[in-house]
Amino acid sequence: MAAENYSMVKALNEALRRSLEADPKTLVMGEDVGRLGGVFRVTDGLHKDFGDARVIDTPLAESGIMGTAIGLALRGYRPVVEIQFDGFVYPAFDQIVTQLAKMHARSLGHVKLPITVRIPFGGGIGAVEHHSESHEAYFAHTAGLKVVSPSNPADAHWMLRQAIASDDPVIFLEPKRRYWDKGVVDPLGEAALPLHAARVARPGKDLTLVAYGPMVKVCLEAAEAAAEDGHQIEVVDLRSLSPVDFDALEASVKRTGRAVVVHEAPVFMGMGAELAARITERCFYSLEAPVLRVGGYFAPYPPSRVEETYLPDLDRVLDAVDRALAF
Amino acid sequence: MTVESPAGTATAAVPELVQLLTPEGERVEHPRFSLETTPEELRSIYRDLVLVRRFDGEATALQRQGELGLWASLLGQEAAQVGSGRAQRPGDWAFPTYREHGVAWCKGVDPLNLLGMFRGVNHGGWDPYEKNFNLYTIVIGSQTLHATGYAMGITKDGTDDAVVAYFGDGASSQGDVNEAFTFASVYNAPVVFFCQNNQWAISEPTERQTRVPLYQRAAGFGFPGVRVDGNDVLAVLAVTRWALERARNGEGPALIEAFTYRMGAHTTSDDPTRYRIADELEEWKLKDPIERVKAYLVREDWADQEFFDAVDAESEQLARRVREGVRNMPDPDPTSIFENVYAEGHALVDEERAEYVAYAASFDGSEEVGEGR
Repeated sequence: MAAENYSMVKALNEALRRSLEADPKTLVMGEDVGRLGGVFRVTDGLHKDFGDARVIDTPLAESGIMGTAIGLALRGYRPVVEIQFDGFVYPAFDQIVTQLAKMHARSLGHVKLPITVRIPFGGGIGAVEHHSESHEAYFAHTAGLKVVSPSNPADAHWMLRQAIASDDPVIFLEPKRRYWDKGVVDPLGEAALPLHAARVARPGKDLTLVAYGPMVKVCLEAAEAAAEDGHQIEVVDLRSLSPVDFDALEASVKRTGRAVVVHEAPVFMGMGAELAARITERCFYSLEAPVLRVGGYFAPYPPSRVEETYLPDLDRVLDAVDRALAF
Repeated sequence: MTVESPAGTATAAVPELVQLLTPEGERVEHPRFSLETTPEELRSIYRDLVLVRRFDGEATALQRQGELGLWASLLGQEAAQVGSGRAQRPGDWAFPTYREHGVAWCKGVDPLNLLGMFRGVNHGGWDPYEKNFNLYTIVIGSQTLHATGYAMGITKDGTDDAVVAYFGDGASSQGDVNEAFTFASVYNAPVVFFCQNNQWAISEPTERQTRVPLYQRAAGFGFPGVRVDGNDVLAVLAVTRWALERARNGEGPALIEAFTYRMGAHTTSDDPTRYRIADELEEWKLKDPIERVKAYLVREDWADQEFFDAVDAESEQLARRVREGVRNMPDPDPTSIFENVYAEGHALVDEERAEYVAYAASFDGSEEVGEGR
């Protein structure tokens, strides 16, 4: 099978399939991941090929899913957990933050919990309440967890395979509004980058747009639009939110002198706050403008008819770009 | 059994309590649960009970002397723990709360290992794989899910190991415990849910957690529940063996409610005189888990004063070893904060460790800041 055009869903599905094939201890578990293939069909066909023992439909209880995954990992298994929607992870939050994140440290390294927690996250799909949330900051704030979010099918494929192979717990945030975007994936090739490396998605010299997951596409479109006005915007796809590839970020901002961070999550106490602080510390003498942030508002995620107002879009990103360039 | 009365009376009655050894040390038979014991085994059980109580008492003393920050005493629950601990085979796993010192003893965990977290030198720190004894779990009920997941793994592996999940009457209200019941039930996992109903969740009586006897909860989840005299080590041993055997044979989970009593405070920070009457304690003292075994041994003439003296001497030896061990427990190196946060490392942890080391070094030896680095 050579390189092909894959949707992100298919890229993820193929990553799960290859991981199940590669290691008999790898398990897929979650609500409706079996015969249905998951509500987004990310696990489509896996139950048929790997059976009940490897692809496990669980009771409808997120803490139970997470807690039993921890027990299975203690027994030597490598569970890949699907949380059906972002807003449903909170019942499992205690198990993730209190148990999953801390076990390696508190056992002085005796216990490894190589668990990947897949969560379709973010908005923009016209969903009902609790189906559009961006909670990455909660997880990134927790030592012991690694947090990543791919922006395109190729990264989705390789980052998931890398996350599953990792001996650390990884929160894997899938930008559900990009599930149906297409991209070239070659499952027989190899990963272009380590799991926690950032990537310059588009080079430029006037300003750095920093994004991850669903907002990378918006930033690329903004860079394209800005080019028409003669601005060369660099887009850094962070990919990993814990750890953050600060070296790559620093290199970019030292080149451009300006940075705007973009995410769907509320600006207040979001990833952007940490990124802006770090960029300021590392690039203070290179900065021509304060680091600006574009994100969701400090309000509950709104009903879908007004979510376009809440979500950063091309115009809001360009507005911030203009403000940064005007300094 | 129907429960017609409102909250409060259901647990006050003591229904269907499995007992093989009365508080007076009289051996009785039970129609469902039998147990063969040799005099030697009984003496060994007695020794476990005494040593565990002595260790526990020493730990309480060490807290009072400032050597431990906190201690959660198991006083009164020795039989529940020694009985269920001895029922396990080496391949079986125990998932404890933070009070299972007697189970740890039976599994062969060095008691000193249990004290590190209470002294504040680690958060557990022993290797759970060494004795198949998981780290203590402080957030109530979480470990029942880990136990269930582990048991699901046993089923996948096709071995005949089993798991004991420990929790208490307070934990029975937690969502995680009820989810563990559900998962264990639908996957038919080889896990024994061992609830030590010690009557008190800090200051709240069991009546605040349930309107039905806790063992009856199992019926709603589709597996058997048994209430056993938790102060009767023989009954606990027999019932736990039965439950583990079922689990090994693919018959799935069971719930054991060990009806016992927390003789001491919840922890050394607690003051039970604020919420329970002294009479209650006096009443339970008559049901002491150790005295009845001693009475039985004496009654049958299976142990003489020389034996009891030897056990006492051994317990003093253990206390001395624990005392010295705790006092000699070194504080961790400050840089240990940064160790083992991740299995495969993390750039930020490395960066902050380097920052700390440089900061500490800036004092230029004027202060002790750890070793080496």
